[in-house]
Amino acid sequence: MSARIEIHDANKVFGHGPRAITALESADLDIRPNEFVTFVGASGCGKSTLLRMIGGLESLTSGNITVNGQPITGPGVDRAMVFQHYSLYPWLTVLDNIRFCRQLKAHTRDRTSADVEKASGRADALIRLMGLSHVAHAYPSQLSGGMQQRVAIARALMSRPPILLMDEPFGALDAQTREVMHDLIRHVHRIEGSTIVFVTHDVEEAIYLGQRIVLMAPRPGRIDTLYDVPLPAERHQDMKLEPAFLALKREILERIRETSGMKTDLEQLARLNADAAATAQE
Amino acid sequence: MSASKSTGGVSPLWQIRAAIDPRHYWVLALLGLVAPLLGWGVASSLDGVDKVFLPGPADVLSRMWTWAVEDGLAGDVAISTWRVVAGWALSAVIALPLGLFIGSYRSVQALLEPLTDFIRYMPAVAFIPLVMLWVGIEEGSKVAIIFIGTFFQMVLMVAEDVRRVPLAQIEAAQTMGATRGEIIEKVIVPSAKPALLDTLRVTMGWAWTYLVVAELVAANSGLGYAVLKAQRFLQTDKIFAGILMIGLIGLVIDQGFRLVHRKAFPYLAGRH
Ligand SMILES: Nc1ncnc2c1ncn2[C@@H]1O[C@H](COP(=O)(O)OP(=O)(O)OP(=O)(O)O)[C@@H](O)[C@H]1O
Ligand SMILES: [Mg+2]
Repeated sequence: MSARIEIHDANKVFGHGPRAITALESADLDIRPNEFVTFVGASGCGKSTLLRMIGGLESLTSGNITVNGQPITGPGVDRAMVFQHYSLYPWLTVLDNIRFCRQLKAHTRDRTSADVEKASGRADALIRLMGLSHVAHAYPSQLSGGMQQRVAIARALMSRPPILLMDEPFGALDAQTREVMHDLIRHVHRIEGSTIVFVTHDVEEAIYLGQRIVLMAPRPGRIDTLYDVPLPAERHQDMKLEPAFLALKREILERIRETSGMKTDLEQLARLNADAAATAQE
Repeated sequence: MSASKSTGGVSPLWQIRAAIDPRHYWVLALLGLVAPLLGWGVASSLDGVDKVFLPGPADVLSRMWTWAVEDGLAGDVAISTWRVVAGWALSAVIALPLGLFIGSYRSVQALLEPLTDFIRYMPAVAFIPLVMLWVGIEEGSKVAIIFIGTFFQMVLMVAEDVRRVPLAQIEAAQTMGATRGEIIEKVIVPSAKPALLDTLRVTMGWAWTYLVVAELVAANSGLGYAVLKAQRFLQTDKIFAGILMIGLIGLVIDQGFRLVHRKAFPYLAGRH
C-alpha cells in the first residue's frame, strides 16, 4: 500500500499579465514509496501550492506530476489530505467524521458485508490509535485543537490512502501536543506504509519527522536544496539534542535565511533602540 | 463561568461579549419591553394629549378586545398569516435551490447575481400596479407582493450563506473522492444549514413588513387592511392594535425559529 510520486518540471503561475505571480518554477522531485518527505521554506515559497498540486486541488500551469506513473488530473482517493484547520464537519460526531468517506460512492462501489465489517473495525481501531475513545460521540466543537487534528488525521487514514498529504497540520498546536502528534504520525507512517508529504515552517519538526527534507525558496517559488536526514528510522525526542540533528537544523535555518531575502536590518534595529532609549529619558 | 474571570473590576454586564447570567438576561429583556410601554402610558395620560393623536395602552387593549370578540380579529390574523407565510414559503422554495447554485458555481453567480442585485433595489410598492395587471386582485396578488419583497433579498442571502462554507470542508471531501453532487448534498447543505435557518428567520420578518403594502391591493380582510381602514376613519387605537398584533406575531414566530435552531443544531452549543 504505497506509492511513488514523480514531479517533472512543475510550474504554477497565478493570475495573468503584469500581476502574475510565479508560485512555483520548474520543480523536479521524486518521492519514493513509503518515504516521509518534509517541505520547509520561507513563507510564500510555494510549499502549499506544490502540496495542493499533488493533491489535485490546484492545476499545473505546465509540467506534470504522476503517482505510480499515472498523471494527476484532480483529487483522488489515493491521496488523502490533512489541512491546518476548519476541515472537520462540525455537525458530525467524531466517529461520523472519521467514517465520512464510507458515505461516498467512491468508497462503497463493491460493498460486501465483509467490507462493511472491516471498515467499522478500522474506524474503531483508528479511534483507539488516536486516543479518541472517550470522545467518539462528541462534536468537534467540544474538542481541543490537538484532538481535532487527530480526528482529521484519522479521517484521512480511514480509506487506507497510499499517500498522505499534510499542510502544517500541527501549526496551531502547542509544543507539548505537537511532540505527541509527531510520534503518533511517525507510528502511523511505519504501520500504514504510506508515503507522506508534510509541509511545515518548523525546521525542527521537519527534521524530526522526515527522512528527506525539501527546502524551498521564494520569488519565484522553487525547490532549493534536498537534505537527507542522518537519523535512524526509529526516532525519539532525545535525538533533537544530538549534534547531527543540531548541525542540520543550523544549516537549514541559515539557508532559509539566505533565500528568504528578509535579512534583519541591524542598523534599523539599532536606530529603533536608540529612539526608544531617547524617549525613555525624556 | 460567567462571573469567575478576573475582569479588573468591570461587571460582566459591561464586558465586551462576555456571557451574562440568564436571569439577568430575562430581567433586561423584560425591562426593554416594559419600559417603552410605561413611557407610552405616561405620555398618553398627560394633559392636552388627544386620544386620537395618541391613545393610551388601555384604549388599545380594549379596542383589541372588541376587535377580537366583535370584529373578527382571529380571521384577520389567520388570513394575514397565511398570506405572509405563503409569499415567504414560495420565495424560500425558489431561493434555496437558486441561492445554492449561485453560491456553489461562479458561472451561475455571474449570470444571476448582478440581475438580482439590480431588482432588489426596486421598491415592492411600485410593483403593485403590475401585479394587479398580471396576477389580478385575488389572493394571489397579495402573496405576489410579499414574494417580490422577500425573494430577491433571500436569494442573495442564501448564496452568501453557501459561500461561507469553509473551503477546507469542501476540499477535504474532494480529497476523499466525493463527487460534485455528494459535496453539495453531504457538505455544503449540512454545513450551511444553521446559517440558512437564520436567513429564513430574518426574511420571515421582512415578509411581515410587506403585509400592509400587500393588503393595499384590493383587500377586504387582514391585519394590514384593518390598519389601512382604521386610518381612513381616524381610529388611532385600532392602528395601534393592528401594529402591535403584527409585532406580537412576529415575536412568536421569531422565538419559534430560535427554538428550532437550538434543537436542530445541538453541535453549535460547544465552545465558540
Ligand atoms: N489562489 C491563489 N491566487 C493567487 N496567488 C496565490 C494563490 N495561492 C497562492 N498564491 C501565491 O503563491 C505564492 C506561494 O503561496 P503558497 O501558499 O504556496 O506559499 P507557502 O510556501 O505555503 O507559504 P506559507 O508558509 O506562508 O504557507 C504566494 O506568493 C501566494 O501569494
Ligand atoms: Mg502554506
